[in-house]
Amino acid sequence: MDELITMTAAELSAAMAAGDVSAADVTEAHLDRIAAVDDRVKAFLHVAADDARARAREVDARRKAGEPLGPLAGVPVAVKDLFTTIGMPTTCGSKILGDWHPPYESTITQRLRNAGAILIGKTNMDEFAMGSSTENSGFGPSHNPWDLAKVPGGSSGGSAAAVAAHMAPLALGTDTGGSIRQPAAVCGIVGTKPTYGGSSRYGVVAFASSLDTPGPLGRTVLDTALLHEVMSGHDPMDSTSINAPVPPVVEAARHGDVAGLRIGVVTEFAGDGYQPGVMARFTEAVELLESLGAKVTEISCPHFKYALPAYYLIAPSEASSNLARFDGMRYGLRTGSGSAEEGMAATRAAGFGAEVKRRIMLGTYALSSGYYDAYYGKAQQVRTLIIQDFDAAFGQVDVLVSPATPTTAFPIGERADDPMAMYLADLCTIPTDLAGNAAISVPCGLADEDGLPAGLQVMAPPLADDRLYRVAAAVEAAFNERWGHPLLADAKGLSAR
Amino acid sequence: MTVTYEEALQKYEPVFGLETHVELGTTTKMFCGCPTTFGAEPNSHVCPVCLGLPGSLPVTNRVAIEYTIKIGLALNCSIASWCRFARKNYFYPDMPKNFQISQYDEPLCVDGYLDVLVGGRTVRVGIERVHLEEDTGKSLHVGGATGRIQGADYSLVDYNRAGIPLVEIVTRPVPGTGFLAPEVARAYVTELRDLLRSLGVSDVRMEEGSLRADVNTSLSPRGSDVLGTRTETKNVNSLRSVERAVRSEVSRQAEVLDSGGRVIQETRHFHEESGVTTSGRSKEEAQDYRYFPEPDLVPVAPPRDWVDSIAASLPELPSARRARLMSAWSLSELEFEALRNAGALDAVEATVAAGASPADARKWWLGELARRANDMGIEVSALPITPADVARISELVAAGSLNDRLARQVIEGVLDGEGKPDEVVAARGLAVVSDDSALLSAIDEAIAANPDVVARIRDGKVQAAGVLVGAVMRATRGQADAARVRDLIMERLS
Repeated sequence: MDELITMTAAELSAAMAAGDVSAADVTEAHLDRIAAVDDRVKAFLHVAADDARARAREVDARRKAGEPLGPLAGVPVAVKDLFTTIGMPTTCGSKILGDWHPPYESTITQRLRNAGAILIGKTNMDEFAMGSSTENSGFGPSHNPWDLAKVPGGSSGGSAAAVAAHMAPLALGTDTGGSIRQPAAVCGIVGTKPTYGGSSRYGVVAFASSLDTPGPLGRTVLDTALLHEVMSGHDPMDSTSINAPVPPVVEAARHGDVAGLRIGVVTEFAGDGYQPGVMARFTEAVELLESLGAKVTEISCPHFKYALPAYYLIAPSEASSNLARFDGMRYGLRTGSGSAEEGMAATRAAGFGAEVKRRIMLGTYALSSGYYDAYYGKAQQVRTLIIQDFDAAFGQVDVLVSPATPTTAFPIGERADDPMAMYLADLCTIPTDLAGNAAISVPCGLADEDGLPAGLQVMAPPLADDRLYRVAAAVEAAFNERWGHPLLADAKGLSAR
Repeated sequence: MTVTYEEALQKYEPVFGLETHVELGTTTKMFCGCPTTFGAEPNSHVCPVCLGLPGSLPVTNRVAIEYTIKIGLALNCSIASWCRFARKNYFYPDMPKNFQISQYDEPLCVDGYLDVLVGGRTVRVGIERVHLEEDTGKSLHVGGATGRIQGADYSLVDYNRAGIPLVEIVTRPVPGTGFLAPEVARAYVTELRDLLRSLGVSDVRMEEGSLRADVNTSLSPRGSDVLGTRTETKNVNSLRSVERAVRSEVSRQAEVLDSGGRVIQETRHFHEESGVTTSGRSKEEAQDYRYFPEPDLVPVAPPRDWVDSIAASLPELPSARRARLMSAWSLSELEFEALRNAGALDAVEATVAAGASPADARKWWLGELARRANDMGIEVSALPITPADVARISELVAAGSLNDRLARQVIEGVLDGEGKPDEVVAARGLAVVSDDSALLSAIDEAIAANPDVVARIRDGKVQAAGVLVGAVMRATRGQADAARVRDLIMERLS
């Protein structure tokens, strides 16, 4: 059974298709793994053991009946706890939702269910996806499987930790400022932020509507692409969903190749605040790409330095409005007595954590009359400049690369009381969210200082998500060959084979 | 010191404006597939989207956009080629998301006008904007003195109305109507209601709240063109209330100004029973709605050819119909207004179409039928008689088979459910006496009984014949054709 949890989704799928192993066995192995290690990792807020077993038996019965099944049939998937799911609570890592059981299913989890994937549980996250460490969860932090004293990144930290600790081969996350790529990078796994509009937001509890992008996390590039493909595609329930074919990501992941590809190194992502060990691994990765035949040039994106401040106006502004509905009137926590107004105030005071309150206040201020133009309006102008930087860059190169994060995983508690330090974790990932294009983080080795993983970020134009997988697959194959094994095999403790 | 409306008008010029909310008659809500039917069991027409459940997203109803463009075109507006929805943020329990999806600085329709007719005069009311938004839920406050949220024991919320498409039509300030301001305000809402009804975009029932008007009023000192501070009066739930609300605010504001006070910019609440307004919340302590473009929706960009095809499909609008009917029926503006105000336009037009002359059709619908409707307490259009029935009665009169008095009896019979006009005539034996021999004996009796009248007629005073006609009509219990009687009398005396 131990072997089942270290197999990739693609391998599991093949083994199940060949009849070597059943979906029930695969599910049971992962439930056992969760039972064995999650009291230390704390990746899950809810484990849907009974439901997962029942679904696995269904898949086995369908397979036995000769039904054609997709590549994710019988494959366990961990779900970030902001996708609405029938039969499981959805908390968004917040006490204000308590054990809210949504009466409807998100488009993406429904697509996974239809594909026969086993939704094994809901993962921990920074409250309403606001954070880079899961320390802002209302239910306590998750731990990095590489070093339990370190954060797993965030906000999709529970999903990344679950995958890195072999509790699930795949997980769903959402990326608003880097919330998939940053935890993937610091947990040594693969995570993709698809093109905005490429994956449906229906049933994904909103943090910042114009930025939120659901995406996949996996241990390999191919696994990540398999999930990417199944979850994506037009959804009439989401007006911002793009009505276009899903880019051929699986095909690209199977054929990693960068020969002749024009790759731009973003010069702005270096210098103060960047950990030397992370930069060393990044430089190595660029050299590796060059050795594989890519044409590497340096590209300046002069407005990227304004991305972080613009993000911290736009995201909190939208959040202040999106989170207004949590008032105790209809669902979730309700506290206080007296008038409706008092009840709303008391519920919000008791239910939201400090970071959420901070961002609601920031956003409320930025949108208020007399300040709108100077803050929200100006930030939107910066956003346009960042899009123009990307457009200019993609006029010269096919993809851009950078470190995924400035540092490796930091100790739990280190940045918890220093929001500015915490915000810097998303320095490299935010421009892509603001522009709405696609990016991936793929492991590129361990930093010398702490032996913790670093990620290479690859960024592509909107709807060119397949390019990410083409590059990432080439990088993954070359590094695995150089290391003699996947990066995770180096992990101490929980994530080791 | 109470200032009457008349006194107020001597010193001040009233300026009013209206913000009218219209619930569109789409089958489904603005951003989801829930039905919009009125009067359903509370909270039965709801789904994750209109309940604003976490994770749900709106999708714009194309028909609502089409209806709004229709309204904009009918109000002579320009239609935006690109515009966005915006979020209006405020906390209230009947707002599922604690923001309302509305439009702010990019409305779908701008810069139009509506001509209204008052007292024979046409007033052009400028339309500033027409925009689309979602309605809120409905609160029922239980307990407390006022039925409002303050002081209530508890409140119930029905979200059936939440998300119903709502169009807001905002006029520019209307100056220069003087004494007629309240009537112009009312006429505007009336004209707008007729327009919306003819477009088929709403059932425009003020009593069900599908048409709601907020009335802005201010006063300028006579001779000054500086606008005074305005108040916004809400809870104006009938056409009559529109007129009364303006009138009451004009008097109240004049009283405030005359006593050296200052009109406060505020929302006021109209009271149907007393006809006065009371202070609501002050605009000066009003909330900041923190509008910003709705990020969950893509911009609305109606293609030009779609707008053109909507324009081409517009039905005849009330103003065009007015021009056509005034010309075809040779009516003055006052005569037309009388017809419209009586709610008899459709009936008269249908009666004319069924063969009656315009004059006869108007005579019956504005006369006998209006009186009957009034007695029954219903609209003339609700009377149990068809335009074809009225046309038939009119035809019988024209042919001399009925006179007006008998015709009224036929109408009574039809309204009482005795059947079609011809059936009533037959059943009640109401045909005019057309047998000349029967009439001649009555005429001879009348001549014999009135020698002095006969002498005057012979002296050339032919109008005196009316006395003899009256006598014959009495003798025949009205069942004679008066014109025929007169002719026979004149023959007899010639």
